[in-house]
Amino acid sequence: MLNSYETVFILTPVLSDVQMKETVEKFRNMILESGGEIVNDENWGLRKLAYPIQKKSTGFYNLLEFKADPSFIGKLEVNYRRDERIIRFLTFKLDKYALQYSEKRRSNKKEQKEK
Amino acid sequence: MAQNQSEIRYLTPPSVEIKKKKYCRFKKNKIKYVDYKDPEFLKKFLNEQGKILPRRLTGTSLKYQRKVAQAIKRARHLALLLM
Repeated sequence: MLNSYETVFILTPVLSDVQMKETVEKFRNMILESGGEIVNDENWGLRKLAYPIQKKSTGFYNLLEFKADPSFIGKLEVNYRRDERIIRFLTFKLDKYALQYSEKRRSNKKEQKEK
Repeated sequence: MAQNQSEIRYLTPPSVEIKKKKYCRFKKNKIKYVDYKDPEFLKKFLNEQGKILPRRLTGTSLKYQRKVAQAIKRARHLALLLM
């Protein structure tokens, strides 16, 4: 049964754009290979962190909203830990209210883009 | 006896606090999900040091106070809010 999840991870600012895109691609492919489906992918770009993590004060934020089966999440987190470019990550299971909220958020984000 | 009662003058006028009816903002505008990703909204529930405000000040009900606290801790984990 596919649950919907939402994961936010922060990449070290030291990376070049190419490396940053490649890591994001790596995780996207992992989700797709495991039979998941990516609903939404947002890149918040370089943002200042509220407190320094590993002596760095900025980081690339990336949000991935996807549907996957629960067993996959353990594998995903192991890969997060193993990959040293990612300094922090958070995966979150979306219940029905969270799902409505994210759809509403995505729709008014699109409106902003069109305006 | 009666005189000195009336002679009692208070140093400071007894401030009668106008009782503002506190309401839970989540029940009022039917918000069901507290998003941990937008720090601006969560800042309303923090004091200057970044500590979580108690329910008696914000007036939120217990169910939503727990959701707000959980969302704030997740935002802190993601360095969106000051630890």
